[in-house]
Amino acid sequence: MLESYLPILVLITIAVLFAVGSVTFSFIFGPKKPSAVKLAPYECGMPLIGTARERFSVKFYIVAMLFILFDIEAVFLYPWAVVFKRLGMFGFIEMGVFIIILLVGYVYVWKKGALEWE
Amino acid sequence: MENLVQTAMQNVNFAAIMPSLVLACFGMVLLLINAFSRRGATAHVALISLVALLTSGYTAVMGWNNPQAGFAGHAVLDNYAIFFTIIFLIAAGLTILMSDSYLKREGYPVGEYYTLIVFSTVGAMLMASGTDLMTIFLGLEVLSVSLYVLAGFFRGQLRSNEAGLKYFLLGAFSTGFLLYGMALIYGVSGTTNLVDIGAFFAASPAAATNPVAIAGMLLMSTGFLFKIAIAPFHMWAPDVYEGSPTPITAFMSAGPKAAAFAALLRIFLVSLGSMEGTWSSMLWVLAVLTMITGNFLALNQDNLKRMLAYSSIAHAGYALVGLVAANEIGISGVLFYMLAYTFMNIGAFAVLVLVGKQGEENLTLQGFAGFGYKRPLLAVLMTICLFSLMGIPPSAGFSGKFFIFAGALDAGYVWLAILGVLNSAVSLYYYLRVMVFMYFKDPEEDFEWIQLKPGATICIVLSVIAVLYMGIVPSGVMSLARQALF
Repeated sequence: MLESYLPILVLITIAVLFAVGSVTFSFIFGPKKPSAVKLAPYECGMPLIGTARERFSVKFYIVAMLFILFDIEAVFLYPWAVVFKRLGMFGFIEMGVFIIILLVGYVYVWKKGALEWE
Repeated sequence: MENLVQTAMQNVNFAAIMPSLVLACFGMVLLLINAFSRRGATAHVALISLVALLTSGYTAVMGWNNPQAGFAGHAVLDNYAIFFTIIFLIAAGLTILMSDSYLKREGYPVGEYYTLIVFSTVGAMLMASGTDLMTIFLGLEVLSVSLYVLAGFFRGQLRSNEAGLKYFLLGAFSTGFLLYGMALIYGVSGTTNLVDIGAFFAASPAAATNPVAIAGMLLMSTGFLFKIAIAPFHMWAPDVYEGSPTPITAFMSAGPKAAAFAALLRIFLVSLGSMEGTWSSMLWVLAVLTMITGNFLALNQDNLKRMLAYSSIAHAGYALVGLVAANEIGISGVLFYMLAYTFMNIGAFAVLVLVGKQGEENLTLQGFAGFGYKRPLLAVLMTICLFSLMGIPPSAGFSGKFFIFAGALDAGYVWLAILGVLNSAVSLYYYLRVMVFMYFKDPEEDFEWIQLKPGATICIVLSVIAVLYMGIVPSGVMSLARQALF
């Protein structure tokens, strides 16, 4: 049984040897002329402006949180829609209750102004 | 698929969660009322919350002696669940009564406060009526998440922020323990239903000594004992209790503690009864450790809120003695004690709400100097609450301790009962010290007249009446507690 795995072992060995070999040989034989641009984490793209560890406005977090909340609702809606006919009235009312609960939360955040950016 | 729908519909029995359902619906209405009210108007929200609690309590009482099971064995409304439901509703109601003037004084008249109390009560009720590990976990999360917010409710106060964050981080951590324990128990028994787990362990005794099952039991109890603040999981309690708004501290030390006890008792007695040899010796040690830690650390506290926090740890230790005994009188004693503790502790905290000044000032012993002359009647009510906390007859605290220690003696835990009584004697010191300041110290020269706020005053009077009733005629509540056993 185990013999049938031999080709896979050979393939893995060759793959590892090739990967390690190319990195090692290019490291030993390749010419090295480092410069500031070359050593930057991302060589292509825009030049950096300041650090990435800045304070973000809390508004971003609120929007992200609300997005996840109502995104989950959609996740539940899809499988429900697939079996909707077979669930019948029971499934319809259950989902209605679920959506009403989320709607209460939606009206609350709306009235509290969590959806306004300014 | 058709069968699945049919089974689901047959199993749905809204009567099994009626009280929590009613309260949750009210909670959502309250949320909308908050959204559409103008800023700073909270009195009507408090009033509607009280109506919600009363309605929910009515549906609960109607179900007495008429157990309803539903949702495929996930929830049940038996006498046990109803008894605890009433405890949570009383705790929440008394807390709401004392809150309105307090929130105005501290400058946070925000209606969401009441909504959160209502939702945390819903969670507590789900924990008491859950007969499946998943339902209990769900209830615990609803309860805890609301409480994390309530603990840090005073956004501008550093101490409140600290309390909220500390409670959240440690609570989330302990929830991890709880969930891991549940997973291990599920791994061993193959089910999350409490009754089925119990049947599994009864059928295969070898599984009860399985290290995985024991590890699951230990991890699960860690999660609950953290919520109850049993030593050595009590470290969070003093800081969180001191930093939280005073009414929330009162609520936390009564409602959620009783909820964790409700779930712990049900799980240990229904599901893990076969492991009693293992858990009763563990709880024996923890009960003694908790009583000693709570009482001895309370001795040296000047801040009354912090002192009551440590005393609350000690009281959880007394209640745990009843679970160690695990006989009829011990367990019904725990139920009785939870109710008694709710009244006497919330009564004492309501006095703190009245005495305290803006910014949670004046809560040290010095603030109580001469209190007996400033407000003689209020001082008498406070004295009755403190006597009850000490366990001096005729008060609810005495009857509760009596039943619990009688249960321990019945089960043969003589030393445990002796240690419990000795610990009560230690507690005399720090409760009496408050009375010494109230009656034997002169008030400061320029003391401010303490204003009696109607809500808090009603809360204190109701608590004291209940404390005296349960102390003088304990048999009434006790027979209910006996009927509440499963």
